[in-house]
Amino acid sequence: MSSAATVHSLWTTAAEIPDKIPAPHIEYGQLAPTLIVFGAALVGILLEAFLPRRARYHAQLLLSLVGLAAAFAAVIGLAAGGYATDKARIAAMGAVAVDGPALFLQGAILLVSLVAVFTFAERRLDPRAHGKRVDSFAAQAGAVPGGAAEQAAVKAGFTTTEVFPILLFAVGGMLVFPAANDLLTLFVALEVFSLPLYVLCALARRQRLLSQESAVKYFLLGAFSSAFLLFGVALLYGYAGTVTYSGIAEVVDGTVRNVTPALAGTMGNDALLLIGSAMVLVGLLFKVGAVPFHMWTPDVYQGAPTPVTGFMAAATKVAAFGALLRLLYVVLPGMRWDWRPVMWGVAIVTMLAGAIVAVTQTDVKRMLAYSSIAHAGFILAGVLAATPDGVSSVLFYLAAYSFVTLGAFAVVTLVRDAGGEATHLSKWAGLGRRSPLTAAVFAVFLLAFAGIPLTSGFSGKFAVFQAAAGGGAGELVVVGVIASAIAAFFYIRVIVLMFFSEPRPEGPTVAVPSPLTMTAIALGVAVTVALGVAPQYFLDLAGQAGVFVR
Amino acid sequence: MNPVNYLYLSALLFSIGAAGVLIRRNAIVVFMCVELMLNACNLAFVTFSRLHGNLDGQIIAFFTMVVAAAEVVVGLAIIVTIFRSRHSASVDDASLMKL
Repeated sequence: MSSAATVHSLWTTAAEIPDKIPAPHIEYGQLAPTLIVFGAALVGILLEAFLPRRARYHAQLLLSLVGLAAAFAAVIGLAAGGYATDKARIAAMGAVAVDGPALFLQGAILLVSLVAVFTFAERRLDPRAHGKRVDSFAAQAGAVPGGAAEQAAVKAGFTTTEVFPILLFAVGGMLVFPAANDLLTLFVALEVFSLPLYVLCALARRQRLLSQESAVKYFLLGAFSSAFLLFGVALLYGYAGTVTYSGIAEVVDGTVRNVTPALAGTMGNDALLLIGSAMVLVGLLFKVGAVPFHMWTPDVYQGAPTPVTGFMAAATKVAAFGALLRLLYVVLPGMRWDWRPVMWGVAIVTMLAGAIVAVTQTDVKRMLAYSSIAHAGFILAGVLAATPDGVSSVLFYLAAYSFVTLGAFAVVTLVRDAGGEATHLSKWAGLGRRSPLTAAVFAVFLLAFAGIPLTSGFSGKFAVFQAAAGGGAGELVVVGVIASAIAAFFYIRVIVLMFFSEPRPEGPTVAVPSPLTMTAIALGVAVTVALGVAPQYFLDLAGQAGVFVR
Repeated sequence: MNPVNYLYLSALLFSIGAAGVLIRRNAIVVFMCVELMLNACNLAFVTFSRLHGNLDGQIIAFFTMVVAAAEVVVGLAIIVTIFRSRHSASVDDASLMKL
């Protein structure tokens, strides 16, 4: 009978009717970066609906750039206001954290997206379609490839300017993802940035079947993994009776104050905690692209339009590692003896599998995909350290790596033949003789991936491995160095191929890009060299930003 | 009835969905299985909500429904597009990128 009364109290109340419902308190200023980006995305949708077609491209480009730059300025403003250090707090009724790691990663994501917008907007690489400039996105995504509708759309010079608002929505989700401070926000943010990415993958202008196939694979596997994440959230909610990070952490640590009878029953059930956190980790490791959840990476990276691949490879990794860090360091530090061995194994397998399989690849985009898997392993080594150094080294690595990736994929868009981008490695033979500058720039990015000194890759890898060794993961560092050596082999192999082999007579040409892509690549090179030659300022910055709010 | 039984049911539904994703060949059916997994999560949320006597789980169930609906929009669009260009929704046919 008593249980019936408690149930009844769930949806009935005493006769006294509250005269007003208390409104939640939202700190608009502290959430400004996210709100600006979402606002710009919504305005973008309206522009798409009301502007004539010929005006859309320039309006969308301007809007995206202004929106992202304003959001970045807001992040800088918050950081300058001390929110990254001593004024760190939890905003939006406990849903979003405003602290050092969140602001650092949001800043990195916004800068990367800003550069990605440049590559999205590039319209000089593809030959003109009926006298009109076109970008790398489908004329009309819904039209059947090769059908009459597609030909008509190409002839009319349509371009998919919707990619800009879609990109902004994805960026908005990515900004929330590393700042999410409860599991519900985590899940919603995951979906908010994943769904636009699925759509973007399907929008390539050339090789549309490949592009659509990559979208289907990404979508089905992504939805599968997010279902795992959601069930993990359900189990953790069952374990702790709450989804806030601090609430779960208290129950995990055993420091929770008021224990209800129901909570006393569930918090003794370790199966809920272990299976729940394992499933949430599966969802996050999928987004990170760690072995054994990496199967989608090569196919999606290869099939998606190359600007999208660059954006996805750079920004998704930053956002997903941010969420992973927060989950492991804020929610589950009390059970690090349980997750460290598992993550240890995942990191080792990821580093080795990524590096070894990359050696056998013959496609540039696939090779970069496997290289991104190997790099996920290196970053996991830093995550495993479970020390403050671990956090700051991972932050630094993510910022450095994302610019290298974006730049490398931007170079891939330049090397073209009659069928569009020439991504097969054999076609890159002798590129250094024909276009020394392009090949040299690509070589800089490859050397950074390989972790050669004086590039950002070296400083990042050094910081991460140092943190891992300091956190008692010395064996992991040994495996990491071996994997780096294997990886260096195939990066160097591409450089040798470009500079020391004869160019083919029917080889690809290097398209002359507009200032947009040139800026993107130049920024990539500048950041790569700057973080390699003088990393200390940025390491200090990451060090100051390395404290989570709880 | 003991609410824990609903948890067993939810785990069972989730497993059926996961097995379906892994063994079925039609992209639409695979997608339906994913939706089954999401609904199994909803059942677990609502049961835990009842168990703990707070409303968080029921609220989350609403969010899940909205997210699932958004996923349907995007997912069906992608699957229909690939069906129109290949006249097949089989996930086995999507193998242009095998090594």
